[in-house]
Amino acid sequence: MSMLQLKYDIPGDDFTRAGEASGDVKQKLKKLGYNPAAIRRVAIAMYEGEINVVIHGGGGEAVVDVDPDKVSILLIDHGPGIADVEKAMQEGWSTAPDNVRSLGFGAGMGLPNMKKYSDEMEIDSVVGKGTKLKLVVYAQSSKA
Amino acid sequence: MANFYHSVTLDKDKCVGCTNCIKRCPTEAIRVRDGKAVITQERCIDCGECIRICPHHAKRARHDPLAIVKRFKYKIALPAPSLYGQFNNLDDQDYVLSGLKALDFDDVVEVSGAAELVSEATRRLMDSGAIRRPVISSACPAVVRLIRVRFPDLCDHVLPLRSPMEIAATIAKQAAMAKTGLPEEDIGCFFISPCPAKVTEVRDPICVEKSKVDGVLAISEIFPPLSHRMDRLEAAAIEPLSSSGIIGVGWATSGGESAALLKEKYLAADGIHNVIRVLEEVEDERIGDLDFIELNACTGGCVGGVLCVENPYIAQARLQRLRKYLPVSQSHLAANEPVPREMKWESELEFSNVMSLSPDIGKAMMMMMEIDDLEQTLPQLDCGACGSPTCRAFAEDVVKGISKKTDCIFTLRGKVEALSSMFGEQEETQEPES
Repeated sequence: MSMLQLKYDIPGDDFTRAGEASGDVKQKLKKLGYNPAAIRRVAIAMYEGEINVVIHGGGGEAVVDVDPDKVSILLIDHGPGIADVEKAMQEGWSTAPDNVRSLGFGAGMGLPNMKKYSDEMEIDSVVGKGTKLKLVVYAQSSKA
Repeated sequence: MANFYHSVTLDKDKCVGCTNCIKRCPTEAIRVRDGKAVITQERCIDCGECIRICPHHAKRARHDPLAIVKRFKYKIALPAPSLYGQFNNLDDQDYVLSGLKALDFDDVVEVSGAAELVSEATRRLMDSGAIRRPVISSACPAVVRLIRVRFPDLCDHVLPLRSPMEIAATIAKQAAMAKTGLPEEDIGCFFISPCPAKVTEVRDPICVEKSKVDGVLAISEIFPPLSHRMDRLEAAAIEPLSSSGIIGVGWATSGGESAALLKEKYLAADGIHNVIRVLEEVEDERIGDLDFIELNACTGGCVGGVLCVENPYIAQARLQRLRKYLPVSQSHLAANEPVPREMKWESELEFSNVMSLSPDIGKAMMMMMEIDDLEQTLPQLDCGACGSPTCRAFAEDVVKGISKKTDCIFTLRGKVEALSSMFGEQEETQEPES
């Protein structure tokens, strides 16, 4: 049980609001005086996850548990799920539609970046049901 | 913390305690207390937004009076490039520079000339790959102070070079000592400034122990006597004093500093709220592949400073005319040599954690939970009537103990209604007896 829990609805129909939840988490971690390097890794990893929930999941929710030593981010959507997680982890592999690619998204770096910037990552995806993604970032970590 | 110097001050008699400034401040540094605005010293970055927005002219920029120059035996004016944009039909900086000399100065050294040296030094440092990309400009003191209090992870992206103003003062003093034989303390350098943040940069420098500038004069104050003097200049009195070209003069407007780097991958943003948006994106690595980011707190760049007299867009148009027949650059560093040490910062830019709720993270988390709960009970109107800029900021102020819950007029109204309905019920129950 974490000390502080933050919850967000991530709307799937309004692309212009993508990034609001991770932006709010970043501001709050700054207010908490969290380690700046960890804040950056949380902000980037969660942003990538949030964008995925909007592009692929059709919206969902984010639950962020903040502890003094780590931040755990749970992203849940009820979208199509990931058929081949191993493939999705490869850099450059993407199923994003053209309209979001034209905005600079869908480069196939989402999951690889989440892996790169988090200390722990778990994907629980069922085709046709949705995806649960858990990211953990430690306040003190050897990751840059 | 106690020795923060600020050039933005409040005229208490003029302040009516309205909510304009508290809502505009980019670091939420202002509160209204007992009907007057109060600036939280450690949060203020001297951007001048409150001066610009205040309809009652209660916010003032502190700067030195023109008389300060009399304290020195040898007086040197350091005009900001934005000064040239204040004059109509100006074809040559030498009119302005000669006008300044006629006014009360022994010599004039253009800050735009020093800016050309900074541009060259920046190119050399960037080519050496010594600074984290994207490199963020350090010329705007309000932006450097903003990064210091709000963007801890970007401090090492900031260009570790002194500002053109400081470099102009260093050069001017060295030349004057050689020319006159006077000791350094008899030589006064005075920056003619478009903005109050420069006053702060001189009085309370960051990354430099002591400023070489002895006083900061406002463009708005020197403009009337200077233009009067320029009108009466004889042709023979126009000396060839200018030492800058298109690059140096370009620093007055947003985009000028980046264009001078002769690189394609740059971004130039102006206006403090746009600057914050860009910094957020850089922090989250969403900005793409960029070499350089130029940020100016004022709209349009330095020509938008609150001490300028002319509209920034008109000033920009005038500078385009002035630049038209100038050489590209007139000031250069010695070829094939490293960037001189006196151009560099003396220390690194360090994050100043003034926004966090408590130095103890466990305590900060308890406070944040309280703030979240309290925020839920507030009307979310962000009306500012409580004296805090938003309901969220008010909840923070209450939890920090600097505001009372009943400072919120909606909370207070709820209490009054609850009380009156209680008395009302009593009256009703008493009625049948009468």
